[in-house]
Parts: sequence; C-alpha cells; structure tokens
Amino acid sequence: MPNDTPLIKVEGLEACYGKVAALGGISFEVREGQIVTLLGSNGAGKSTTLRAISGLLAPSAGRVFFCGEEITKMPPHEIVKRGLAHLPEGRHIFKDLTVLENLELGSYTLKDNNERKRRLNRVFERFPILSKRMKQAGGTLSGGEQQMLAIGRGLMASPKLLLMDEPSMGIAPLIVRDITNIIKTLHDDGTTILLVEQNAKMALGLADYGYVLDTGSIVLEGVGSELLKDEKVVKAYLGG
Amino acid sequence: MFSAWELILQQLVNGLILGSFYALVALGYSMVYGIIKLLNFAHGDIYMTGAFICLSVYGAVSGVLPGWTGIAVSVLAAMAVSGLLGFLAQKFAYRPLLSAPRLSLLITAIGVSLVISNTVMVITKSQPLFFTSGLDNSLGIKFGSITVTYIQIIMLAVSAILMISLTLFINRTMMGKAMRAIALDQDTCALVGINVNKIIGLTFVLGSALAAIAGGMACVYYGNVQYNMGYMIGIKAFTAAVIGGIGSVPGAMLGGILLGLLEALGTQFLGSSWKDVFAFGLLILILILRPNGLLGRSEIERM
Repeated sequence: MPNDTPLIKVEGLEACYGKVAALGGISFEVREGQIVTLLGSNGAGKSTTLRAISGLLAPSAGRVFFCGEEITKMPPHEIVKRGLAHLPEGRHIFKDLTVLENLELGSYTLKDNNERKRRLNRVFERFPILSKRMKQAGGTLSGGEQQMLAIGRGLMASPKLLLMDEPSMGIAPLIVRDITNIIKTLHDDGTTILLVEQNAKMALGLADYGYVLDTGSIVLEGVGSELLKDEKVVKAYLGG
Repeated sequence: MFSAWELILQQLVNGLILGSFYALVALGYSMVYGIIKLLNFAHGDIYMTGAFICLSVYGAVSGVLPGWTGIAVSVLAAMAVSGLLGFLAQKFAYRPLLSAPRLSLLITAIGVSLVISNTVMVITKSQPLFFTSGLDNSLGIKFGSITVTYIQIIMLAVSAILMISLTLFINRTMMGKAMRAIALDQDTCALVGINVNKIIGLTFVLGSALAAIAGGMACVYYGNVQYNMGYMIGIKAFTAAVIGGIGSVPGAMLGGILLGLLEALGTQFLGSSWKDVFAFGLLILILILRPNGLLGRSEIERM
C-alpha cells in the first residue's frame, strides 16, 4: 500500500435511524500508525459513524474506503476479514462464554489454529489477568477486566485498524488510566486506532489528530495537542 | 408374572426410548429458541416429514438393502430432506421477519406447520402409512422374563451418540461457540466476523436433522406414520425444552429424558389414560419451583 493512501477514508457519510438523520454527510480519514479521535457530546453521531464504517448500519449515502478498497455495502463479517476490528460501546462481552472462548471468537475468521494460539499467547502476555481468568465466564469479570477482554478479543483479529467506542465508559477513574496506557502501548506497537470518546481530555492527550462532531456534522478538526488548547473545545468538552 | 424390578426395568427402557424421541426433537426447539427467540411450532412437522421420508425411502430401497443398512440410508435421506425443509422455512418464512415483533414470527411458524402437515395429508390422503422394517423384534438381551430388544438398544445408543456429538460440537468447535455467542449478542458476533445468517441457517439444519432421526426411529419403533403425528410430539418436546430450560442444549436432553421417564412411570402406576396428567402435573411442580427450567438461566442480567 502506498503511504499516501489513507487506511480508512470516509466520504460524505450519511446515516439515519428511521426518519431521524444521525449523520449529515461527514468526511475524514485515518492514516496508518495514527490515533485519530472523534469527539462530541451524546447523540453527536460518534457511535453511528463507527457502526456505519464497520457495516452494522447501512449508510444512506456516502462511501467508505479501507486500504483503498470500497467497503460501504459489505456485511460486517466481510469487513472484519479485511483487518478492521470494531470494539463496540459497552464492551459487549459474551457473558456466558468463558474468557478463552471470547478471545477465540475474536479470531473467528482465522482458519489456522496454530496462528490462533500464537495470537492468544500475545494477548495473554499483554493482559496476564486474562490468562488467570481464562476458564471464568466473561460476565463475571470486573468492568476494567471486561474492557481488557474486549480489547484482547479485538486484537485476536490482528487488525490493521481498531475502532474503539468509549473505552473509558463505565470504568472506575483509576482504571481509566490503565486503559489509556493500553491504548498508548497499542499505538506504540503500530496499531492504527480510531477512538471515539466523551472523555475529551483523555482522547486528545492520546490522539495525533481529532475531529469534533456536533449533531451529525464535523464542526472542528485539528492536531490533538492544538484542539486541547482550542477555546471552543475547552468550553464545550473540557468544562473550561 | 413379572416381578417388581422387571416391571421397573421395562418401564425404564420404555421411558428412555420415549425420552430420547422427546429429547432429539426438543433439541431443535431449544436451539432455535436460544438463537432467535422463536418458538418454532413447525418443528413437530419437520419430525413428521422425517418419518414420512424415511418410510417412503425404505419402501423403495428395502428390496435391495433390507434391515439396518436400508434403514440407515432412509434415515440419512430423511435428515437431508428435513434439514433442507428447516433451512428453507428459516430462509423464506422466518428470516424476513427477524426484526418484526415476535408474535408475527410465532404466527408464521404456525402457518409453516399447517403448510407442511397439510401437504403430507394431501399426499397420503389422510391415511396412516405402515412401516415394516423386517427386523426381528423378539431378539434382545433377556433380564428374567423381560427382553430389552436389540432395536431398543440400538436406538438408545444412537440417541446417546447424537447427544454427545452435539454437546462436543457446541462446546468445542468454533461454529458451536459461534452458535452460543449468537444467542447472546448478534451484533457483536457480526463484529468478530461471524456470518450470523449462516450460523442461524446451520442451527435450523442441525435441529431439523435431529428431529428427522427421531422421526425415522419412530417409524421403526411404532411402525406407522400419519400426517398429524408431529402435533403431539411437538407439544411434548416443547414442554421438555421448557422443563430443561429453553435455550439450553443439555436442558433439552434432560427435559426430554425426564418427560419420557415420567410418562412411563405414570403408565405403570396410574394407567395410560392418566400418564399425561401425571407427567404434566409433575412438570408444573418443577416449573413452580424452578421457573427458568432445570438448567435454564435467569434473565436477570448483571450490569
């Protein structure tokens, strides 16, 4: 892939729930190795954007390209195969399945069992607590552990791009720091991340580039550290 | 005269056989409910179709392949036809309604049930068909004056093997794990790369094939097939699935076997006209004590 092709490119994406418009034609891109964040208040369209990219929601207009290939009309399981993992808001652990089964399902599209074991070992190295809890039902883990499991499950797909939806939501403040560090490490290891957050301070601290969404449109964009200083952002999202 | 333990052994065997029928049919009910929350009332008719195909195919092949070989071939054919029928019902009748209210789906299932049973009614002109296996039903292992026939032993062995295989499939293979995951959260399944529709289709095929095996065994055991034979076993299997905890695979097996044993005991002690009263009375008691069924999980979710 030539370096100037963005990993993901979104063009004029529109989506609606029934007759209610949720996205009014947004465009942005994420380049390889970046952390890009989508900020915005509740209902701004952040989760809708991720759902439209990963194929859970059919966009009503616009196009999505992944590694230069159009994926707009593809079903989610085809998109995952191409190396895009979407970690939905609220973790969505399979609560009656064991930690190990949750992780294995993360590599569902993989046929090679040896490769599955290698990936499992890498996840266990990254999150040793998951290896201790391997046989436990996913639903019995604490919020922070479930978030690690959700991230681990996403990594089992060996994705080129990770879509993370509110990884800090519903997590104890002390653990949010752990999650932040995990995202940093993932980035250092070369994973490209599109991060949706309400916790703007955390997100902008991590991100190379940020977009601010308001009622379905991008109203502001810029380098993470600059957005963090932007008066409007501070006022709207950082309680300044 | 039979001694008391001989009578109990006899009823135990009868109960286990009956229970295996219920369990094999209940599995399909429970798996489908677990995965798309549909009470598939056409499932009894899939069982009947299995019996009907088995009888028809055996009629054609028994000249060349008499006995167990022919029966095996006929049951395989029945599994294929019932599996296909279950898949088609799922694809054309249920799938378009998956996002509709559950009641629409339920009524559609009743419609599918009527279509299947009435089709067979027309083909058979409402007459019962008789099945002659040519197997010697007097051979078996003797316990005092009681004989457990080889037919019974083979049927129990086949049921046991099927249930063990299904349990292994559900727990050990990626597809089985995907089936259990879909019962919990379909969107997330799609996000990890599971083709949800494909796995739902597979669930119908598996459940229908199991029902067809039960139908084929019913042919051999009872010797007749009628277009409305799916109705009662459908209700019994549904009951068995609820008793075991609907949506639970081991629950369906346990519920089926338990219902069969209770009916056999009821027949023994109260007479055959009271067996259903006895069995269902006890089942009501179980549900009062355990409303989610014996192995069902409560719907209260930890947040």
